[in-house]
Amino acid sequence: MLLYIARRAAAGVLLLVVISLLTFVLLSLSGQDVGRTLLGLNASDQQVAAKNAQLGVDRAVLAQYVDWLSGAVRGDLGTSWFTSEDVGTAIGNRLPVTLSIMVGVTLVTGVLAFGLGVWAGVRRGAVDRFVQVFGVAGYALPGFLVTLVLVLVFAVELGWFPAIGYIPLTDSVGGWLSTITLPIIALSIGSVAGMAQQVRSSVIEVMRQDYVRTLVSRGLPMRSVLFRHVLRNASAPALTVLGLQFVGLLGGAVLVEQIFGLPGIGAMTVAYTMRGDVPIIMGLLMVSVVGVVVINLLVDIAIGLLNPKARVA
Amino acid sequence: MSESLQVLAEPGGATASSVPAVRRGVLRRLVRNPLGLVAAVVLLVVVGGAIAAPWLTTHAPEAADLRNAFGPAGPGHPLGLDSAGRDIWSRLLFGARNTLGGAVLALVVAMALGIPAGLVAGYAGRWFDAVASWVVNLLMALPAMIVLLAARAILGPTVWALMIILGVLAAPSFFRLVRGIVVNVRHELYVDSARVSGLPPWRIIGRHVLVVVRAPIIIQISLVAGVALGLQAGLEFIGVGSSSDLPTWGGMLNEGFQFVQRDRTLMLWPGLALGLTSAALVLLGAALRDVLEDRGTDPVVRRRDRAAQRAVAPAVLDGKAERSPLLSIRSLAVSYALPDGSQREVVHDVDLDVHPGEIVGLVGESGSGKTQTAFSALGILPYGGRVSRGSILVDGQEVVGLPTASWRRLRSQVVSYVPQEPMSNLDPSFTVGHQLVEPIRAATGASRAQARARALDLLRSVEIEDPERTFRAYPHEISGGMAQRVLLAGAMSCDPRLLIADEPTTALDVTVQAEVLEVLRRLQQERGLGVLLVTHSLGVVADLCDRVVVMQDGRIVESGPVDLVLTAPREPYTRRLLAAVLDEGPPPAVAAGRAGQGER
Repeated sequence: MLLYIARRAAAGVLLLVVISLLTFVLLSLSGQDVGRTLLGLNASDQQVAAKNAQLGVDRAVLAQYVDWLSGAVRGDLGTSWFTSEDVGTAIGNRLPVTLSIMVGVTLVTGVLAFGLGVWAGVRRGAVDRFVQVFGVAGYALPGFLVTLVLVLVFAVELGWFPAIGYIPLTDSVGGWLSTITLPIIALSIGSVAGMAQQVRSSVIEVMRQDYVRTLVSRGLPMRSVLFRHVLRNASAPALTVLGLQFVGLLGGAVLVEQIFGLPGIGAMTVAYTMRGDVPIIMGLLMVSVVGVVVINLLVDIAIGLLNPKARVA
Repeated sequence: MSESLQVLAEPGGATASSVPAVRRGVLRRLVRNPLGLVAAVVLLVVVGGAIAAPWLTTHAPEAADLRNAFGPAGPGHPLGLDSAGRDIWSRLLFGARNTLGGAVLALVVAMALGIPAGLVAGYAGRWFDAVASWVVNLLMALPAMIVLLAARAILGPTVWALMIILGVLAAPSFFRLVRGIVVNVRHELYVDSARVSGLPPWRIIGRHVLVVVRAPIIIQISLVAGVALGLQAGLEFIGVGSSSDLPTWGGMLNEGFQFVQRDRTLMLWPGLALGLTSAALVLLGAALRDVLEDRGTDPVVRRRDRAAQRAVAPAVLDGKAERSPLLSIRSLAVSYALPDGSQREVVHDVDLDVHPGEIVGLVGESGSGKTQTAFSALGILPYGGRVSRGSILVDGQEVVGLPTASWRRLRSQVVSYVPQEPMSNLDPSFTVGHQLVEPIRAATGASRAQARARALDLLRSVEIEDPERTFRAYPHEISGGMAQRVLLAGAMSCDPRLLIADEPTTALDVTVQAEVLEVLRRLQQERGLGVLLVTHSLGVVADLCDRVVVMQDGRIVESGPVDLVLTAPREPYTRRLLAAVLDEGPPPAVAAGRAGQGER
């Protein structure tokens, strides 16, 4: 098991390094003259060259990358070209907003999707049809469109929630809840829909397995068959889907933060990428990929714990 | 949220065996599917509107008329004017061109990369598969929206280039789909034989492989198109796409959102267009899946039938011999619900008795209803199946329509089951020991230690060499023969008086078969079990059974003591079964019986 985790973690680190290298090289291909952009057209060529040298962008791309990487592994993601903020601090300030939403969505999705999926898979009938229709509908509508409708109805028309803005948890718990509830609902609809479908079909699949029939024939109570054996075997594929959805959720967070005016890293991405601020872009991409890698590692570990065969593979 | 790029046509579905080729008449069947028809019509209207935009509009989409900003609908402006006094109808139609065009571009790139790569990786494997799969994993770890925003920083506000990148990011969904199916197909016998007969790879791919992946790809296209459309509109909505003059649905939504307090209709039209198109794509995908994959819909199990299950009156059984106190089946019929709501009866009027200490063989070819009969006596018919008539007494108790709780008591005290496939009947996620201990504890309320000691005893009783090790092992760590002994031990865990064994040796090697049967015989004699042994092997029957019941097409055609039925079968069907066995060499008992006859 430890070896299995170690291998997964190593694969994740390798992935991070490759993605960071690729991104760094690609970003440097843009050919923008940073010094000129920063100092404006009135600056002399010498001033521009000096600025570029100060930022270190006059050197070979690989040398710049090695510098960046050695900083990054020590937790120093560099300084923004345009605002001179420390990248780590800038992202750190906004991360709690995005994390609040992501954690909320993951919890809501996990609970609702498993509940609905198991219910539909076991009971079939009307619940099953609802989950299937809901699954298609949740997939069918672009998330940000659903978000817009939610804003219109619950914030603009009914006024139950503020339409925009964010109140930190440390300021007021109620305020925090009121500002993140609607974003979480908006993001959860699609992910619950997708994952409930997956849980449903895994549950039906497992219920058809011979060993379930045999366990029933041994006189085990239905609830232990269901909650111990069926659920355990059905959760591996469902967790895989949860891992994949997390990647999509990051994209969804960008739109949702933009719509609700939440100061998270999604909105930050939109703002800073417009200007081509390479250190910030690198930092944001790395943070989100680290998030993906960590989630996938957790999913892998969970699957390894649930399914002894996976540990060998 | 549907921004997730890694959509799969069917989670875990679409395997080679279940995917028939795209058949003729798909269009006709699609049209007959109401959802499919509606979706197709919506898409046709949208695409038609986009193409015919110049002829359907009277104003250029960029033509601004600030004096008439937010103007109402009227002649020339069927949907009114937007915040800059531009014609909404015109912007909607021309916007369809840009929005759909972007999605199509992403789709084409994704297919051009993902499908060939998936074919080669799945078919040839080796290093290409390793490299491609790694690249795909890398792409899948990238959050599309953030990468697109970063790309915009380099490329500037050009939505077409961004759509190409989106295509690259979406390629894995095609790659994984195609590769998965091709890997399955490659191991099919017909592909092997094509390869052995010297057909070049591209011919094999064209002939056998493409046919299989075609349908799933078509379904996948509609799903990925929906996601691409959503992402395209999303990018335009946050304003990272093109300049604001160029009409796109996402851009129009953005504008509408800014002026939402002033005029709701600004958001209504592009939202409706985007929502309808997107929904139509996904619904079309769902409809295509139903049509192309011929997916059997679920059987319709009506509430009435479920209730009927309980209400089946035990038939009044006159004179059909005395009923056995252990297992007695009379006039049994088993029916299955079909997708169209009708019922099909697969077992008709079966009478059968198993007395204590007796082994009864139930023989017949596959599909003769023997397993269905056995399952009825255990109450474990699969979903959709039910006892539709007759009576089954287990231990003197009527079990047709028995509530689950009473079934549990019977299963953990009286009757027990030995299945056919040893490996698939053990839960892969739990150790062998756990799967033995759990039922023991549920049945007897024994402590963990007691149940463990009992389980080890059971493993010893089925002649497993190292019970401790087997106890700790996971199912994938033991052999098939060992697994069948474990299942036998599991069946013995509740000290049953009736054992129902469904082809307990069919899946095993010949030598292992003999050993397992020997264990079964010994246990039966030691404990005086009554056994219902379902098998298609008359050799096993001759070897082990006291009486035999022969089934064909869901009916009993002959039954009686083994020596009688096997030596002097009355029914032609039984004779045919016997002849089939004799071709393979006579089982000892039959040979002995014949020798005896000869002497007379």
